[in-house]
Amino acid sequence: MIIKNSLDILGRYMLLMRRVFTKPDKSSIFWKQFFTDVEKLVINSIPIVAVISVFIGAVIVIQTASNIESPFIPKMYVGYMARESLVLEFCSTMIALILAGKVGSNISSEIGSMRITEQIDAMEIMGINSANYLILPKISAATIFNPFLMLMSFMIGLLGGAMIVFITGIVTMSQYVDGLHYAFRSYYIFYSMTKMAAFSFIITSISSFYGYNASGGSLGVGSSSTKAIVASSVLILVANLVITHIMLV
Amino acid sequence: MIRVEKLNKFFGEKQVLKDISIEYQPGKCSLVIGASGSGKTVLLKSLVGLLPIDSGEIWYDDILFSSLGEKEIKNIRKEIGMLFQGSALFDFASVEENIRFPMDFFTEWSKEEKLERVNFCLKRVNLINVNKLFPNELSGGMQKRVGIARAIALNPKYLFCDEPNSGLDPHTSILIDQLIAEITKEYNITTIVNTHDMNSVMEIGDQVSFIHKGEKVWEGSRNDILTSNSAELNEFVFANNMAKKVKEMMQHASSGRI
Repeated sequence: MIIKNSLDILGRYMLLMRRVFTKPDKSSIFWKQFFTDVEKLVINSIPIVAVISVFIGAVIVIQTASNIESPFIPKMYVGYMARESLVLEFCSTMIALILAGKVGSNISSEIGSMRITEQIDAMEIMGINSANYLILPKISAATIFNPFLMLMSFMIGLLGGAMIVFITGIVTMSQYVDGLHYAFRSYYIFYSMTKMAAFSFIITSISSFYGYNASGGSLGVGSSSTKAIVASSVLILVANLVITHIMLV
Repeated sequence: MIRVEKLNKFFGEKQVLKDISIEYQPGKCSLVIGASGSGKTVLLKSLVGLLPIDSGEIWYDDILFSSLGEKEIKNIRKEIGMLFQGSALFDFASVEENIRFPMDFFTEWSKEEKLERVNFCLKRVNLINVNKLFPNELSGGMQKRVGIARAIALNPKYLFCDEPNSGLDPHTSILIDQLIAEITKEYNITTIVNTHDMNSVMEIGDQVSFIHKGEKVWEGSRNDILTSNSAELNEFVFANNMAKKVKEMMQHASSGRI
């Protein structure tokens, strides 16, 4: 039964994506929607991402420093560990899980409300491909620009670490900065940005799918929002494992 | 002209439309009446292709609509206007943007031409100075009018109205009905209206089809309704006390006892 339901959902998702990835009816309208969605989904997420990044950066530095007890381990490893933790996992996976809640619920409730108030039907009646008009700009905006959000989160996280180093003196600033420079692999940045692009696709497409298929009034919209967040979060974790295996092993 | 032949629609095991055959003429308001849950909305949504049908044929003039692919359906839909039960105005857009929406997609008109057309449509539905308002700033009646203005924005050949009077007071209902009737005659549109409002039927029903439990059990003009022998139709039409009294008076009059 679960397998049958999963296959049914997968089939409907693929059919929706086939309608989404078609040439837009009018490119000027697509670009207008695209930049609206860049603002709504990416730029409006900057404050929450920045706040979380600065605190997590600071916490990682404190935790790492307090766990290095051996005098044989150089203190600069605090900066090194903070950098690696942020770039490898926190700035892509953690931020994506947070965006799945913030952006995912926003998308699914917005499209779900349009579905139950027949606004999507109204578009279809006009001869407009509603899936393409509503969903493609969202997927494109988030997939293209969220990797830069990840980059911003990385830098703010490092600044958060620097801030706590400056305030507490848990290690010296030069030790922290040396650690940040130590054994730096720019490939990790590429890896993390790739993950973020994939996660953004998952968040926007899955949330749109659940919103687009919402039914049953306001309760249905709420339920589709919840399903969207849960499904996106689980798929992000699975994709994280798969991409990491492909790119790092 | 729209012609429906032996249309059947199932939801799972349940048959919601049974062998429906109706012909709708241009320049006439064709009403589909029936109790809630009788299948009116399913019929309307099937006619415009929002719901797939299981068997039967739907013809738009000489085009077999029910056999068309997605691209061809899209072309026909550019000639369709629809007024939804809840108006279905786009929340994110102002009144002007709502009416301009289909123009933005399907015309190469300049901004000035579009604005001129928007103002013409708004004037046609007796609304002025509402261009910049948003749907949540409008009353129910105004929303319906904006819905009509949007539906006629690209001069449709076919107009579908799903319960245009629901949630409106009797006076506004009559105004909306008259507006639909006027537009239908003025532009020779094939108009199909779903309703269970008997005032609408008597006001604008050039052709009336009665749907009962998914079946078309009666068809005729608004004048024939009061004298119909269909038990199901009589039960629907004369459901309230006032209508029952009217019927009694009519029966007395016909037997010379008034």
